[in-house]
Amino acid sequence: MSVLLIAEHNNSNLKTFSLNAINAASKIDSNVHVLVAGNQCENVCKEVASIPLVKKVLQSESTNYENFLAENLAPLIVKLADKYSHIIASANTFGKNFMPRVAAMLDTSQVSDVIKIKSSDTFIRPIYAGNAFVTVKSNDKKKCITIRPTSFDPASTSGGSAQIEKIEASDIPNISKFIKKEETKSERPELGTARIVISGGRGMQSGENFKLINAIADKLNAAVGASRAAVDAGYISNDHQVGQTGKVVVPDLYIAVGISGAIQHLAGMKESKVIVAINKDGEAPIFSIADYGLEADLFEALPQFLEELNKLNTIQK
Amino acid sequence: MKILVAIKRVIDYNVQIRVKEDGTGIHADNVKMSTNPPDDNAVEEAVKLKEAGKVKEVIAITIGEEKAQETVRKALAVGVDRGIHVKAEGYIEPLGVSKILKKIVEKEKPDLVFMGKQAIDDDCNQTGQMLSAMLNWSQGTFASKIELKDKSVHVTREVDEGLETIEINLPAIVTCDLRLNEPRYASLPNIMKAKKKPIEQLIAKDLGVDICNRIQQLKVEEPSKRKGGIKVANVTELVNKLKNEAKVI
Repeated sequence: MSVLLIAEHNNSNLKTFSLNAINAASKIDSNVHVLVAGNQCENVCKEVASIPLVKKVLQSESTNYENFLAENLAPLIVKLADKYSHIIASANTFGKNFMPRVAAMLDTSQVSDVIKIKSSDTFIRPIYAGNAFVTVKSNDKKKCITIRPTSFDPASTSGGSAQIEKIEASDIPNISKFIKKEETKSERPELGTARIVISGGRGMQSGENFKLINAIADKLNAAVGASRAAVDAGYISNDHQVGQTGKVVVPDLYIAVGISGAIQHLAGMKESKVIVAINKDGEAPIFSIADYGLEADLFEALPQFLEELNKLNTIQK
Repeated sequence: MKILVAIKRVIDYNVQIRVKEDGTGIHADNVKMSTNPPDDNAVEEAVKLKEAGKVKEVIAITIGEEKAQETVRKALAVGVDRGIHVKAEGYIEPLGVSKILKKIVEKEKPDLVFMGKQAIDDDCNQTGQMLSAMLNWSQGTFASKIELKDKSVHVTREVDEGLETIEINLPAIVTCDLRLNEPRYASLPNIMKAKKKPIEQLIAKDLGVDICNRIQQLKVEEPSKRKGGIKVANVTELVNKLKNEAKVI
């Protein structure tokens, strides 16, 4: 049997997390097929076909798929599911939205947020905000799985030449409609894949003060993150939230500024390679997991930090 | 208009959980339990719609052991009209939970079902979508704003790229994000009043649905602990360490 990976894209380009999910899928079975459901998504299909790990691309086009509504995608995936042992997607807001719908239609118990594949039916996933890892064995005949993208390396994107097969669109229930999407545009790297992330918390005190974070992010080519407290307070938009119910990041360097370190936040960043904490409260829990802790007032420390980084670049030049 | 709100009793979000030494699970005895946080948002939203005169009745349902009733009682104290407790022992997967909820939906015929987007214990993020599929209803997941119209709901969803707004036809399932609203606290008089509100008790295995778990839990273990690092004296030392020791900048 082969495995079916549902690609995430924006009708023009494949989203990077699909590369991580494709790599994970290939660890279950080498015969990875990828469904690209969308509208005028020819280019995405070409991109997917050139990924060496992909054996076949299934292209299904319809205006009904343009905005990836779960109600519309699920019947198509269920129709294709017959030929596959595993249905796989990334565990981000894309995969989390439609996969349980597919699983229920197939009467399958989904395995969410897999961080390690032990065999074709045994997986490791985090529970309790990552404070425990559970090894689970799925006894369902067909398996529906979402993959935590940051736990797997991305698949290589060039050199492949998979066949592209056109698939007819399915009937849709016609019970939901897309209205709009407000995307936060940024020149900075994506939070989920950035090599360096600098995040601000409640200690930032205002949205305006995030300019201190932004300046350092620009200097280091880093993505900007935030704790839930900072998002709730309206300092920054929701797409920056790192944590149990936000995004999970695993950068080489994570700099937590004015973040106390609630377990819900740690769930989203504690696998980072190097963690820096800047906080004026020396007892803040964030220091217990930080490689380098700086007990200081962030309003003094951040400008100094920028200054030191500027000096550093001069030296490098 | 009638809303069913599904809520779950979980280990309180402030508790640092401990994994059992024998790898069979989590220490759950004598730890503080509370309502799954985004389920509180689901209750609040339903109650607000009732207060706004858009909804006639709000029913809260929970599935679990005897003590899970506390969760329903708490919902009754903040304005929910009546409760349902489906008694069941042990862990039930989201697939089984959805099957139970489907039975209740067929009986109660609500126009909307609200619940949290994710339970903070198993972190599955599945039940709302599964129930929606089983009923062939529309779904609005990760909602941070809800606008109730005549025959539909406008749901603003928190997605990775920002915010997405969709219109979903009634009847519908909405799974709630923590930013949907600010859940209220129950006042003492309302807590007293809630004691008189009815909670219907049903037994899960009498509902005639297959709730057997399909996933075997082989082992629960603690993730490798991150060892704490050092404190640096100042920014200069920090930058020096990042540059020359950690080599990340």
